[in-house]
Amino acid sequence: MKIIVCISHVPDTTSKINFTEEDTKFDRNGVQFVINPNDEFGLTRAMWFKEKQGASVDVINVGLSDTESTLRKALAIGADKAIRIDMIPENGYNVATQLASYIKNGNYDLVIAGRESIDYNGGMVPGMIAALNNSNFINNCISLEIDGTNVTAAREIDGGRENIESSTPLVIGAQKGLVEESDLRIPNMRGIMMARKKQLEVIPPIESTNQTNSIKFEKPIPKGEVTLVSPDNLDELINLLHNEAKVI
Amino acid sequence: MAILVYTESEQGKFKKIAFEVASYARAIADQNNTTVTAVCINAESPMDLEIYGVDKILNISNPDLTTFNALSYSQSILQAAENENSNIVVISSSADSRYLAPLLAVKLNAGYVSNASELPSSYKPLTVKRTAFTNKAFENVQVNTENVLISLAKNSFSINEVKSNTSLEELPVTVIENDTKVKSVEKATDKVTIADADTVVSAGRGLKGPENWGMIEELAEVLGAATACSKPVSDLGWRPHGEHVGQTGKPVATNLYIAIGISGAIQHLAGINSSKVKVVINTDPDAPFFKAADYGVVGDAFEVVPELINKLKTFKAQN
Ligand SMILES: Cc1cc2nc3c(=O)[nH]c(=O)nc-3n(C[C@H](O)[C@H](O)[C@H](O)COP(=O)(O)OP(=O)(O)OC[C@H]3O[C@@H](n4cnc5c(N)ncnc54)[C@H](O)[C@@H]3O)c2cc1C
Ligand SMILES: Nc1ncnc2c1ncn2[C@@H]1O[C@H](COP(=O)(O)O)[C@@H](O)[C@H]1O
Repeated sequence: MKIIVCISHVPDTTSKINFTEEDTKFDRNGVQFVINPNDEFGLTRAMWFKEKQGASVDVINVGLSDTESTLRKALAIGADKAIRIDMIPENGYNVATQLASYIKNGNYDLVIAGRESIDYNGGMVPGMIAALNNSNFINNCISLEIDGTNVTAAREIDGGRENIESSTPLVIGAQKGLVEESDLRIPNMRGIMMARKKQLEVIPPIESTNQTNSIKFEKPIPKGEVTLVSPDNLDELINLLHNEAKVI
Repeated sequence: MAILVYTESEQGKFKKIAFEVASYARAIADQNNTTVTAVCINAESPMDLEIYGVDKILNISNPDLTTFNALSYSQSILQAAENENSNIVVISSSADSRYLAPLLAVKLNAGYVSNASELPSSYKPLTVKRTAFTNKAFENVQVNTENVLISLAKNSFSINEVKSNTSLEELPVTVIENDTKVKSVEKATDKVTIADADTVVSAGRGLKGPENWGMIEELAEVLGAATACSKPVSDLGWRPHGEHVGQTGKPVATNLYIAIGISGAIQHLAGINSSKVKVVINTDPDAPFFKAADYGVVGDAFEVVPELINKLKTFKAQN
């Protein structure tokens, strides 16, 4: 089985979000970048397929050379090969077109992407890859088994789960629950050394159009002070929620 | 310009977000002097939409669409859009809608904007604000394509009741079978879900152990709320994964969010800060959550929560 995991390179969850160039660009100053958490769940599941079923696992990113540290981390975790499509990821559709084209040529059985990236939060790339390549698609995937071309999976729905059958070629949108938190791997020294020798292929982008453009970012209006209520006066809290906030 | 809105139902009944997206589509239509068509799939009483400013309803009644299937549903909405020559399609941000959206966008050749939080600020070209960086920022996006697909963030547009002269039509669609099939659904039907709730009662590691969740469930019941938790609580197995909210869990955009024994780490706040009113109950006055909350009680959850339940019961009885 050939697996490819789409890796988006995102600011660490503790990062303060700021913008530069008159609020048109994300300010990378002092920001640590990591593998998008949803992609990390997916990569961890891919490692299971590699170890238990002998699958090959490639990782791919659309980005400039600064994302290579993140790809190397994925290699250190155990991916076999990395691919970087050399382009600024301007928007979800553009990224999906690049990925879909590479994936189609590579005849992958399983494409793992995250349910959403924690920076752009588009929630668009995996579904668009599936639509562009006419593959099956399972989003919010929390369980995945593959036997030959048969897929048994589950999707998280509001307040429960849906058990699904499908077939490869398949694209999933991975999320928390797909693997246990304790299965996530921190690269060890051996992995890091091996990753240096693994192939990181850089390829030029294909032509694609920008269906959307980001024109300006804004930060939320800062919050006012909290109104404190004494624990001995909870009637006051109810009064405030009822008459002032009007939420009960 | 023609506007289509997908109004979602569950077991035949419209969801509240269906009325939110209908109201949003109406507002877009008013800005452009045009009409709104709603498409619904197997709705029991499609005319329920007439008080939300919809001019025309296309109801798709099809037994092959009884259970949600992202591909078949996206194909059905696509047929409605083609039928109406729609160039703006509006959907909600429910898990199902966001599942079908990218499939629909590609087939419609539409620029897709997810998590829109306001009405478009202009139409030539269409420009709209969306949330990004897990609610830590907003992004203004310009769409360059002729067709546009917008998914509206939950609770970001209020429901408006405006009666119009609504017509109803049945839309026959062709459903092409596909390989992805739902075999079974496991869902607690007696509980309010985080996605549907107006109020969410959430608790963290400050509760000390799973045996202490009785009072959280009781508080939720009194308020008609859903229950949620912080990440460590679900990692420890005290509560199911589906209750984990935050940047790596479920997003919460409710009217009222009550956080009990949750410190307010940045990853937690990122997922819940688009809720309108936040209340925190915590023993530690320096807990970061107090900086993000509207109302706070510095106190012990084991004393404050039972007392609050009692007082709320009295309040409910009087109101
Ligand atoms: C990559 C990454 C992603 C993450 N994603 C998420 C996420 O999506 N969601 C999330 O929640 N977290 C997330 N986290 C974890 C986050 O950083 C915090 O560790 C977590 O939110 C803390 O949970 P907590 O507030 O329940 O526990 P704690 O931080 O232990 O806080 C417990 C609180 O309870 C209070 N308390 C104690 N006793 C009482 C009492 N008797 N009555 C009232 N209050 C009491 C304490 O004062 C304290 O403030 C993530 C972390 C990382 C690294
Ligand atoms: N630039 C990128 N390179 C590779 N994969 C990406 C990129 N952007 C997004 N993805 C993948 O698509 C998923 C969803 O991203 P998004 O549509 O931006 O929310 C991510 O979790 C990644 O798996």
